[in-house]
Amino acid sequence: MSSILKGIAASSGIAIAKAYRLVEPDLSFKETKVDNPGQEVERFKEAISVSMSELEAIRDRAKVELGDDKAAIFEAHLLVLNDPELLGPIEEKIKQDSVNAEAALKETADMFVSMFEQMDNEYMKERAADIRDVTKRVLSHLLDVKVLNPSMISEEVIVISEDLTPSDTAQLNREFVKGFTTNIGGRTSHSAIMARSMEIPAVVGTKEATQEIQNGDLVIVDGLNGEVHVNPTEEVVEQYKDEARRFADQKAEWAKLVDEKSVTRDGHHVELAANIGTPADLEGVRNNGGEGVGLYRTEFLYMGRNELPTEEEQFESYKAVLEGMDGKPVVVRTLDIGGDKELPYLDLPHEMNPFLGFRAIRLCLEEQDLFEVQLRALLRASVYGNLKIMFPMISNLVEFRKAKGILLDVKEQLIQEGVNVSDDIEVGIMVEIPSTAVLADQFAKEVDFFSIGTNDLIQYTMAADRMNERVSYLYQPYNPAILRLIKMVIDASHKEGKWTGMCGEMAGDEIAIPILLGLGLDEFSMSATSILPARTQLKNLSKSDMETLAQEVLTLSTNEEVISTVEKAIKL
Amino acid sequence: MAQKQFTVKAETGIHARPATLLVQTASKFNSDIQLEFKGKKVNLKSIMGVMSLGVGKDAEIVIYAEGSDEQEALSSLAETLNNEGLA
Repeated sequence: MSSILKGIAASSGIAIAKAYRLVEPDLSFKETKVDNPGQEVERFKEAISVSMSELEAIRDRAKVELGDDKAAIFEAHLLVLNDPELLGPIEEKIKQDSVNAEAALKETADMFVSMFEQMDNEYMKERAADIRDVTKRVLSHLLDVKVLNPSMISEEVIVISEDLTPSDTAQLNREFVKGFTTNIGGRTSHSAIMARSMEIPAVVGTKEATQEIQNGDLVIVDGLNGEVHVNPTEEVVEQYKDEARRFADQKAEWAKLVDEKSVTRDGHHVELAANIGTPADLEGVRNNGGEGVGLYRTEFLYMGRNELPTEEEQFESYKAVLEGMDGKPVVVRTLDIGGDKELPYLDLPHEMNPFLGFRAIRLCLEEQDLFEVQLRALLRASVYGNLKIMFPMISNLVEFRKAKGILLDVKEQLIQEGVNVSDDIEVGIMVEIPSTAVLADQFAKEVDFFSIGTNDLIQYTMAADRMNERVSYLYQPYNPAILRLIKMVIDASHKEGKWTGMCGEMAGDEIAIPILLGLGLDEFSMSATSILPARTQLKNLSKSDMETLAQEVLTLSTNEEVISTVEKAIKL
Repeated sequence: MAQKQFTVKAETGIHARPATLLVQTASKFNSDIQLEFKGKKVNLKSIMGVMSLGVGKDAEIVIYAEGSDEQEALSSLAETLNNEGLA
């Protein structure tokens, strides 16, 4: 039977393929006594041997399809499966305690896992994950449950999951993942950002995708309207194939603007830049005609690992991005971690209100060693391009002065060491806390630029947690309160001859763009895939008309009034 | 019983790929094979045992083999260490 799920359109486009459920299998079991331990050992050996042949097959396919590098991980898994120091104690335990194989396996493996996790070495810690993976595979055979091999997906699929974490996405074979849909998340959650950088359609926050969709169901992900069709009729499939073709045509139309400047109908130029997380995202920036990088989120360097990245590792990444952008501006945000973005190895205490807590610049000013390593790496990389440095979560001028002071100290030190550092690095701040927006006139005298982070600015101004779906109606980008704060920041910067950018989702939004243009925003930084549609829109707008429109919407009282006024003015 | 001492020259010590290769080589033989480092002995056929030693650069290690094919085992392991530029 066909059905339709509604969710949030997180990444545009249409994808039609079979469903692949990325859902953790249920591997729970009870510890029981067995009557015939000898037979239980045989059952265990059988599970090992099935797991081995399965892994050998996966390894061989991985070698062909993914290369030796990716296959090495399965080689390691095979060795663990063969390890006499692991198998011996498990068999002993089954015989001596007459327990079931599941319990003996779990207990012995857990012991090794915790031993490796405690080691003071990243490589060893990763081996704990190998043991866990192997244990899962053997357990699944003992329990007769199907185990997932997402890295081995070899036909076009739509991934269905509760949520997609960075490590889930790293495991996916991207070539065959045509789209995905999740139960939770919003436009700004990791899964959504990921989908846009992979340029595949996604619908998130459907609440029940994993309940409603089975492996092999035919699924249409409509990333334009936020709908997921499960086992649609032939007629609907045909409609969507047409829609997909239209979307492809439109993309081709946009692509003609790749090498053009972003100029309005009346000749005003603004900069359309991209938000990136890693050097790998640069390809998307180039393909979509980005005029710069308006936000390089450096926290991805720190995430998904077990220790801090070294100065050298960071330097290489920053250098790669600066060189890759070939002299175009690159705004690097210093570490924005803490709160909801945790780093297990920093061992930060759990907080009641992480968004209002010890994060970003607050953490960096406290943990100066960590901050200095990043600044050293950035300054060393500065000679390879047009670097601008920006501090996140600044709430008052004292923080900015401290952060800039540390930056200057580090620079001085590098110069004394004889290291080349660019003399021409702008230093700015994110404006995402209302106190900073209100005091923008004072900040503007000391910073080189502002970049408005709308996701946080909205949640702090409206006092509404953006991860909490029950208050998501308060995420109101066009609320005149937000627009007035934005105006204050832009005006303050221009008065001092400085510039203002915006790096939140709002910068690529078709309702927001006319208003922001009218308010005088200088740089719009967005997901790379939003750049060409935005450039198309800007070409058809006149800055002077939008100035009038902006003046009008600032006098309105609600989010809804602003939306309908803008829609009327630009005939959406 | 046959035994032989080596000094680890590789910058990264015996990690990852080298450990995998040593264990794979050792596993081909019937003899009991052990690796000693800093007075601790582990089964060289156990990847987890080998890695738990944390053998770094300049480490002095001894490999022991005991069984019908102890000589071949030892020379084969020495060859692996050599080929990989480990010792």
